[in-house]
Amino acid sequence: MMCRTDQSAPEPGEEQDVDATDAVFTSLLEDSAEELYEQAPCGYLSTLMDGTIAKINTTLLDWLGLERSRVVGRMRFADLLTVGGKLYHETHFAPLLQMKGEVSGIAMDIKTAGKQRMPALVTSKVKTSEDGEPMLIRTTVFDARERRAYEAELLRGRKAAEEARRQAEADRIRLQEALAVLQQSLLPPELPEVPGLETGSYYHTASPDLLGGDFYDLFPVGSGRWAFFLGDVCGKGPQAAAVTSLTRHTLRAAALHDADPVTVLNTLNTVLHDRYTSGDTRYCTAIFGVLEPDDGHFGVHLASGGHPSALIQRADGSADYLPTPGGLLVGVLPQASFTAARARLLPGDTLLLYTDGLTEARTGPDRELYGDDALRAFTAAQPPAGPKALITALSGLLASFGDGLDDDTALLALGVPAALPTPGAKV
Amino acid sequence: MDGKLAGMDIRRRNNVTVTGRADGPVLLLAHGFGCDQNMWRLVVPALAESYRVVLFDYVGSGRADPSAWDERRYSSLEGYAQDVLDVCEELDLRDVTFVGHSVSSMVGVLAAAKAPQRLSRLVMVAPSPCYIDDEEYRGGFSAEDIDELLESLESNYLGWSAAMAPVIMGNADRPELGQELTTSFCATDPDMARVFARTTFLSDSRQDLKTITVPTLILECRQDVIAPREVGAFVRDAIPGSRLVTLEATGHCPQLSAPQATLAAITDFMGAA
Repeated sequence: MMCRTDQSAPEPGEEQDVDATDAVFTSLLEDSAEELYEQAPCGYLSTLMDGTIAKINTTLLDWLGLERSRVVGRMRFADLLTVGGKLYHETHFAPLLQMKGEVSGIAMDIKTAGKQRMPALVTSKVKTSEDGEPMLIRTTVFDARERRAYEAELLRGRKAAEEARRQAEADRIRLQEALAVLQQSLLPPELPEVPGLETGSYYHTASPDLLGGDFYDLFPVGSGRWAFFLGDVCGKGPQAAAVTSLTRHTLRAAALHDADPVTVLNTLNTVLHDRYTSGDTRYCTAIFGVLEPDDGHFGVHLASGGHPSALIQRADGSADYLPTPGGLLVGVLPQASFTAARARLLPGDTLLLYTDGLTEARTGPDRELYGDDALRAFTAAQPPAGPKALITALSGLLASFGDGLDDDTALLALGVPAALPTPGAKV
Repeated sequence: MDGKLAGMDIRRRNNVTVTGRADGPVLLLAHGFGCDQNMWRLVVPALAESYRVVLFDYVGSGRADPSAWDERRYSSLEGYAQDVLDVCEELDLRDVTFVGHSVSSMVGVLAAAKAPQRLSRLVMVAPSPCYIDDEEYRGGFSAEDIDELLESLESNYLGWSAAMAPVIMGNADRPELGQELTTSFCATDPDMARVFARTTFLSDSRQDLKTITVPTLILECRQDVIAPREVGAFVRDAIPGSRLVTLEATGHCPQLSAPQATLAAITDFMGAA
């Protein structure tokens, strides 16, 4: 563009300027093609096919600080470039020009008089004879110093943005690792082996930062008895996780002291209430219980603090809730009452504890609550094949909810195998 | 890693093209830094009359599958040599004459050392085993020169070609630009090109030349900034029994600037070997 002859004519219309306009036109017409070539606002050169410079204009010679006699017939185009430019010329520019007959807008640095680099934009075109034989290469060289400065700014900006992105990504990974460690500390790594009992569990976290508010555990409390609990802390994220951690450790410590379910929940209530009363009420719902083995079956003694009732899948295929009505949320009031219940797990029976993420999932086109009845019906429809099979079926159910499942969900199933293996037999 | 590579479609990965006489002796043409298999377009038609001609793009160049890029692998010439061996294995090529341009000559040396049963002749087009001067050795460039090239690659690629700008600025939302790029010659992802440049110009394969036992033809240009005459002589002296032919050509790409002379030299070598 800049190489085009400047054709901007004077503004027409002004009567007294006609003479002046004519004078400008006359002087433009006297501006010879030779003059235009030599003094053009860009560099011009023509080279033989091997790069030897045959013709070069004054503008370019001035930029280079070279005498015409030292250049024409003595130097090649590549000799005018910096070393980096030379290598790029040989590996990219020259092959492209040979293949396509023209190359446009390639940035290369030329060496100027004071051994400086001058960024330039180079365009070359091969002139061919009438029978198509390449004869010479015509090249224009534009001063790209300012443009290159803008590009350098762009690149700097891009680099800074990339660096920031890398840093953010690294921070995110570090944070996720920390959160994963924290999350793992809220759940048992795996459930312990309990003689005569089969277990299963599942945890679905809905929050992107991996920190849920649901928790469960299973651990021995002496004399062959085992304690279990499952619960749900209000809220999500780091604050909820801190409450979860306190809750879990309090339940374990309280159970070792006295495993009576109501006593344990009372202790937790006191701890949470004392810790979180001042303006930042934190509470949870939980079921705590004890399993006592008794001649091929297990006695269950549990208590609930505001938590959805446990469900028992019986060996005969039926399923019923073990009601614990009236139990209060744990940690809200200084004194709370909790409801206890007892049951027996016979061979083939499975006790299921769950959090309300399951029953409050939204299903169907009307996004209705899944609900207690549906859960009981679903469980009754499963063959009584033990805790692991039930957990598998329920995790499949949870997956089928898709985005209707928007809360954390914990499942814990404890069951007595239908036919106890006789000693020495293969399991 | 190996399993993944074995499972990949090498033909697609390396944009392999097979042409010419199906029963002819095999010529495997390998491009150097800066372009892709298009570099051979002026000599392929004539070669195809007598030979089975196999062309490919190294991963990171031309139309090779960019998802196969692995910066660590392609930071050494061995990585590129593995591309050659992968292609040979995929097509079960044997008794191949490997024609490597520029840095590919050294890639061919590494590949031939690993699989002599596959690569039985080498043609080196404008080779240089080391670009940087080192005591008695004249590679043609100082370490500072090469640094300058790599730095200009680093700082300058935005302007090298208007066609590259969409790549740099991200053209996900303007697919028509990407389309144009993939159809233009020698379009390269600038990040991958930088790695290839670094690997190429910082490599020193002088010791590897001694391992060559297969018949070798060296083609040099009368005037070549990148691989000067002294380097051609060095390569000839380092490979016992090799032949050096000086082409009446200027520049670093005689297959483009002097295709007839290049063809004649290759055909002559094939007849003699």
